[in-house]
Parts: sequence; C-alpha cells; structure tokens
Amino acid sequence: MTAVANLGRPTRPEAVESSPGAHPGRGLLQHEPLIFELGGWDKTGVDFPEDHLGPDLDASDLAGLTAATPVRLPGLSEPETLRHYVRLSQQNHAIDLALYPLGSCTMKHNPRLGEKLARLAGFGDIHPLQPVSTVQGAIALMDQLAHWLKALTGMPAVALSPKAGAHGELCGLLAIRAAHEARGDARKTVLAPTSAHGTNPATASLAGYQVVEIGQTADGHVDLADLAEKLHPDVAAVMVTNPNTCGLFERDVIEIARLTHAAGAYFYCDGANFNAIVGRVRPGDLGVDAMHINLHKTFSTPHGGGGPGAGPVVLSAALAPFAPTPWITHGEAGFEFIEHGGGEAAATLGRLCAFHGQMGMYVRALAYMMSHGSDGLRQVAEDAVLNANYIKARLAGAMTAAYPDGPCMHEALFDDAWLEGTGITTLDFAKAMIDVGFHPMTMYFPLVVHGAMLIEPTETEPKRELDRFCDALLELAAAANAGDVERFKGAPFHAPLRRLDETLAARKPRLRWTEGGGG
Amino acid sequence: MRYLPLTDADRSSMLAVIGAKTIDDLFVDVPAAARLSGLVDLPRHAGELAVERELGALAAMNRTAGAGSFFCGAGAYRHHVPASVDHLIQRSEFLTSYTPYQPEIAQGTLQVLFEFQTQVAALTGLPVANASMYDGSTACAEAVMMAARVTRRRKAVLSGGLHPHYAQAAHTLAHSAGVETHRLAAAVDAEHAVVEAIDSDTACVVVQSPNVFGAVTDLTAIGEAAHAAGALLVVVTTEAVSFGLLKSPGDMCADIAVAEGQSIGNALSFGGPYVGLFACREALARQMPGRLCGETVDAAGRRGFVLTLSTREQHIRRDKATSNICTNSGLCALAFSIHMSLLGGTGLKALAELNHARARALKAALAAVPGVEILTPRFFNEFAIRLPRDAAPVVEAMTRRDILAGVPFSRLDPGAGMDDVLLVCATETTTPEDIAAFADALAQEIAQGIAP
Repeated sequence: MTAVANLGRPTRPEAVESSPGAHPGRGLLQHEPLIFELGGWDKTGVDFPEDHLGPDLDASDLAGLTAATPVRLPGLSEPETLRHYVRLSQQNHAIDLALYPLGSCTMKHNPRLGEKLARLAGFGDIHPLQPVSTVQGAIALMDQLAHWLKALTGMPAVALSPKAGAHGELCGLLAIRAAHEARGDARKTVLAPTSAHGTNPATASLAGYQVVEIGQTADGHVDLADLAEKLHPDVAAVMVTNPNTCGLFERDVIEIARLTHAAGAYFYCDGANFNAIVGRVRPGDLGVDAMHINLHKTFSTPHGGGGPGAGPVVLSAALAPFAPTPWITHGEAGFEFIEHGGGEAAATLGRLCAFHGQMGMYVRALAYMMSHGSDGLRQVAEDAVLNANYIKARLAGAMTAAYPDGPCMHEALFDDAWLEGTGITTLDFAKAMIDVGFHPMTMYFPLVVHGAMLIEPTETEPKRELDRFCDALLELAAAANAGDVERFKGAPFHAPLRRLDETLAARKPRLRWTEGGGG
Repeated sequence: MRYLPLTDADRSSMLAVIGAKTIDDLFVDVPAAARLSGLVDLPRHAGELAVERELGALAAMNRTAGAGSFFCGAGAYRHHVPASVDHLIQRSEFLTSYTPYQPEIAQGTLQVLFEFQTQVAALTGLPVANASMYDGSTACAEAVMMAARVTRRRKAVLSGGLHPHYAQAAHTLAHSAGVETHRLAAAVDAEHAVVEAIDSDTACVVVQSPNVFGAVTDLTAIGEAAHAAGALLVVVTTEAVSFGLLKSPGDMCADIAVAEGQSIGNALSFGGPYVGLFACREALARQMPGRLCGETVDAAGRRGFVLTLSTREQHIRRDKATSNICTNSGLCALAFSIHMSLLGGTGLKALAELNHARARALKAALAAVPGVEILTPRFFNEFAIRLPRDAAPVVEAMTRRDILAGVPFSRLDPGAGMDDVLLVCATETTTPEDIAAFADALAQEIAQGIAP
C-alpha cells in the first residue's frame, strides 16, 4: 500500500510462530465459526403457522417473477443463535468493560434508560407515515429535542433529519449552497484546516466544492493570517472544528467568524467535540452559522459498533429558511409536518432522506439531556475537560504532549517524540495497551502531529479508572524506554487474535464467505 | 448526578495534580465574551422516574401499530421480530463498542459484518455488499453518485415507481454535485418507461421492484437496455422480505442493488434508525461507498476480519473519498443479521409467502368494497387502490374507527395528481380480523362520503 493509503502506519504484521490462542477455545473465550459453517441450509429458527394460509398461499399471479429456489442462506435454532452471538460479543472491547479513550469519538457511558424508553411501543411501534394526528406525542418529543438543542447552542433553528455527523455536515453545506444560490452568488470553495476530520473535506467535495486547506499555527490553532489570505470572494464556507482535533479551543473563533462573514462566506462548525463545552459555551454566541451535533457523542446514544448515529444541524437565522424538509410546525390542530417545498418552506434545500430522521436516537438523546438538565450538562463539560487534563498532567512526564503549554479541552494529544530511538512506533504502543486491558487511543490523527496519540476519556470515567489507565500507560512507557521492544513489536499477545494482516485483506479482497472457498 | 462518577473531593485532588486552582482555569482559551456565567435556560437534572414519566406520557399519546388494525407500508414495514434479536443487540459488547478500528479486540463486530455482507450479497444476488448505509434512501442516493463516478456521466433516470422520498433524497445529493436526476411521472406499473429516457449521458436508471405502488416487475430487459447504452441498472427494494420470494436484483441484470433492511430485525421506530443495504458487481467494488469488512489472517496465521479497501474512505482519502460516510448503521445491521440467521433461506421464503398470502387476502376483501379499484396488477405484500374520493381525509376519518388505513400517495407526492390513491400493505402481523374490520369500515366511510 502507498504512504497515502496508510499514513505511514504499518499494515502488515511480522509472522509469529507461537499462537497462544489457536485452540477451539481458551478459558471462557470460545472460538466461533461463521454461521455458514454452522447453520443448516434447510433449517429455520422461526416457526410459522402450518394450517391457516389456506387458498391465499398462491404465488401464481407472480409467475415468472419468483425465485426458483430459496435464497441460499443457513438458518439457526434459537439456542444456536444465542451461543453464536454471545461468543462473538465476547471478542469485542466495550465501554461497559473499560475506558475507551478514542479521541474525537466521545466514548462515554450509555444510560440504559434511553434503551428502555426508545423501546416503548409508543415510540418503537409507530409508522413514519401514519396520520400526524395519531403521532402527536412523537412529534412533541422531536419538538422538545429541538428546543433543547437550540437552547444549548444558542441557535434559532435546527434540522433534525441528518442521520450521522457526516450527513449533518452535508446538510449544513447544502444549506450554505442554497443560501448563496438564492442571492445569485454561487461559490466554489470551502476552507478547512489541515487538522480537520476526514469527513469535512469529503463532505465539501460531495457537496460540489473544491477544498482548500488552512494552515495551523505552531501552538495548534487556525492560522488567522492564512485564513484571511485565502478568504477570497469564491469561498462559500469555512469549516472549523471547535474545540479542534488537537483538543484545543480556537481562541480566535469570534475573529474567524467575523472574517468569514466579512468575506460573504458562512461559518460551519464541526460539532463533534461539543461535549467539551456543552452548557458553558453556546456556538450561537461565537458567530456560527451551522453546526452538526453528533447525538451519538455528546448526547450519548450508543455507538453500536459503528452506528446508528444522528447528526442534527443547528442553523443561524440566515440559513434557517434553507433547512431540509421535513419541518415541524404547530398549528391549531397540534403539531404538523411540512414535508414538501413550497409555501413556508419555499427555500428548502430539499429532502436528505426518507421520513423524519433517527427517532430512536432522539428518544435516547432527550432522555439523556433531561436526566442531566442544565446543571448536569454544564458539569458534563467540566468533568470531561478535567478528566482529559488530569490524564495529560499524569502522563506528561513520560510521554510528550503535543501542546504542553496551557490546558487542553476534552482530549489530550501526545506525539511520538518520546518514542524516538526506542524502535517502537505509536502503533506498537497502542497495540501493547490492548495487552493491559485498554482500548488504544486514536492514532495517527490529527495529521498535523507526528505519530499522534489522541486520548479522550469523557466525563463518565471515575477517578480510579483514570488512575488505572494512567498507571498502565506509565508502566508501558517505562518498559518502552527500558528497551523491552519485544513486548511492543509483537503486541497484542493476549487479545483473541494477534495483529491482523491488513495488506493481505486489501490486496486480495475476500468480502464474503463462499461455498468451497472457505471464508 | 447518576451518570457522573467524580466527587467534589476527586475534582479538588485532580485540579491539584493539574496545577489549576479552579475548573475555570481549564477554560482560559474560551473568549470572555463567549463564556456563559450561569446555566442555560433549561430544566435542571431529573431522576429516572421523572424522565420516564414525562417521556412515557408522550409515548402514550401515539397510536401504535400493534394496538389494532394497521395497513401502512410504503417504505417502512411492521414485521414480527424474534425476542432473541433485541436481547442480543443489547449485549454491552455490541451496543457500547465503536467502529471496529482495532481488529484484535473487535472480532465480534467484524465477524458479524462479514456475515452480514455475505447475507446481503446472497439476498441481492450480487457478489459484493458493504457493511451498511444509513438507510435505503441514502443508499439509493449514494448509488446514483457511484454510477456517475463509474460511468463519468452526469444524468440519472429515476422511474415513476421509485419511492418519492428516495427520488427526492437522490435529487438533493446529486444536484449539488452536478448530477442531474430525471424523474419520470408517478405511475403504478411503468418501470419500463425509463428505457425511453436513456441517452448517451445517462449514468444509470433507478428502478424499484416491488415499487412504491407495490408493483412487481421483471427488470431484466431494462438492465439490458441500460447496458446497451453504457448505463448502469440500479435496483431499489424497500421491502427486504420480498427477497424471500422474488427474483433477486442480481438475477435481473442489476449492477447495483440498494435496499431498506428495516423489515428484517428492526422496529418501525417512526422512520429511523434503519439500515441501508448496498451491493454491486465485483468490478465496481472499489467505487463503493461505506465500510467494507474483509477476511485476512493474523500474525499467527489464524482467520480474522478487518475493515478493508479503506483507501476509498474519507479518513484516508479526504476530499477524494467515494463518500463522506463514517458512522453507518452497525447495530441495525446486527439486528438484521441475527434475524436473518434465525430465518435462514427457507424461513425467509416461508415469511415471504405468508406476507404475500395476507396481501392477497387483503386484496380480495378490498376488491369487494363498492367504489374501490385495485390498481396494482402484480404485487408482493402491498398494493395501490383508488378510492372514489381523496384518500387523505378517508385515512384521517378511519383513524376515528381505530384503523390505520395505509398511506395516501399524496402524502409522498402531492403534485402527482393521484390524490385518490391509497397505498395499503399487509404482513404476517395482519390478521383476518384486521382485514375484515378494514374492509367493513372502508365500505362505511365510502358510503358516508357519497351520501351528503
């Protein structure tokens, strides 16, 4: 693979001879085959009525349109199903097991109240196209969520429907595009810092913009002079993450907004790191025009192994008329949806997805917000920042903080300068963390820091877990400095598998199981 | 606060370690003008009981699908989900894990994704499937963008049977990137009309079967016509249970198949979260959006799984990525995969037959109602009917008889001139009593409408 592809990160492990886990099982950890190696091709774990299909069971009107044979997929009985998935589950790390310090991912505790409420039939068993008169409670919940998001951000409007952070970014940029087009001022460029999440340039490109990078100062902030120079009349938007991906609050954010507006552009804020400032800073007071909020980060809807998320976007008064449909309104008969353009929604950017968005996530997020309240949410930000600074302070003697002067926000960023000469890479160090029971931090991101290690503990870690984590990393750092290279190069030794060969996976892609072809 | 473990004593001792006097010292970078001195104007914290009461009251205001007769489909379907599915997806190790970036400690999620991809490939009849999209509609929009990339053409022809929300979502995304969507007028049973709209700049035709009116179509000839013109065939399916009975998209020449997977394993949940299925021909795999899970070996030579071909993705390629998608729909994909593992191919076929049988029973009952015309000639589990007057007020009136009578087409596409068309659906959850009650109430409602 090329350097561009893997960012200098090794993707191919050295083969090892011993294989401590290559048994049918080890301790309580069971080896588990694929369902295609377990299940019966004619078997099913679901029982259907035998006798009352009657004359209706007849597909003759679909002659020529039906499949000749059932889809070739195996079925499992219920006990086999439970075993299969429980065994698989035990090969995963999880926030319920230990600290999960992925920077920029906000892996915090997921309250189970949200799970319970989202499963109430009144939320879970309602159809998106039922008459609105029969779902007034559901729309009221969406309206409440909107109220909380607007109050916490100090913004006048919110589009709820985006399905994840990147979808929210798209929503924000399309609103900006619509706003420019509405005044006959189509623009082609979006500015974003080098340290931005990959989704920012990817979204800008998807929305039809050219992306130009803004430089960063030595102390980890947006380079105002560079920004001012690049803010020409073709710039539609400036996308800035705040707090940024180096874990720092953009001190000059108000000036960034002022410069942006003076150039006729809009200020898009990536709200992935809103957790650091919720209840203490309102983006609306900073001059932000649009910001997505990852409900699966700040407002703790579970990550679920990669989603579903939700990415509502708060909008300034200038952008609100361009919000995507559906809109919620309140008329004489109660809540209503505006589901199409025209009338009040004449300027809408259109529809981003079918239906109304991620209702199940709205229920969980609102339950989380109401549980914390205005006081608890402010405490969330304070404890998140306190925990990150505590880790930074405890590790600073052994590892090199990328920005040692001054406090960080919700995440602590280290570089790999302290590993120089040890023969150990950031990847090695991260993999060795697995052996002592922790998930690695975010590695090699942001791109502006060499061998970056980005640690975000979140506010839901107790002090003793932070200490356990710091003790473990300090011990590992000491081992690294003492030259115990073997402990790192081969790591992990105690995970369900040793390091995986990513190069092989990409070179000869095997993306599904095939009969006779193994996995 | 029950979710915040730090005590005041912890906070003081931690500030001392940091060398800060107060928490405010850690927020020094925030400009003074932007610091909130007090609390945001929102209620203070609340206990579980209080939150449960307040949100429970909102839930209680809604008429649930399971509370009585219910006939809504049109892109979201009520099916029975086995109890074990919801139990398993609440395992902490699935629920509270992240995208599997560290494969050594995420093999559970990764193996599930590999199994999910294999299942989706088998269902769609195509060799490569990704690890899920947000939902069917966004998968459809991404398919249009992918077709434009592959063919380097700038136009997509959308059939009049494509779910209008899907058409609108595709238009929103494609328009900004300079790809034109040409949507044909809404039509119950005219998927083949797309053929005439194909020209030399057509990247793809997007057709749906069963379509939004429920009509089932053999799409093979459309695919052949598209291919002859250098365009791709994108096949959309909103009812994944139909894969159990009907020919797969791959068997009908599809280059890309996208589907809404909600029907299998996932609740209605007022429209989300759902799970988009996305599959394509082998040659197109490197142009796919979204995550892909692949098989490999570990350093000791044992089989394992990793996220792969990530050079397509935003975190590596940034503005050159095939899509901006990051978070997808992992837990919904897990629910889909568990339910599918329980069903197996034979179970899915039985479920699909049961759905078709229920819909046939519904058709027979509604066809006997004076003034009702059945519009969809061949259907799976939903079809369109024409009423003697506008459907929306009839549906509204039927709610007062405690019947959710389906989806007026005008709600999806108010400009189509099809205000009298009602989309109705039956699944395995629909009982003969539900059907009888529906037909009876509809007859009364129509009769009342005729008499002034």
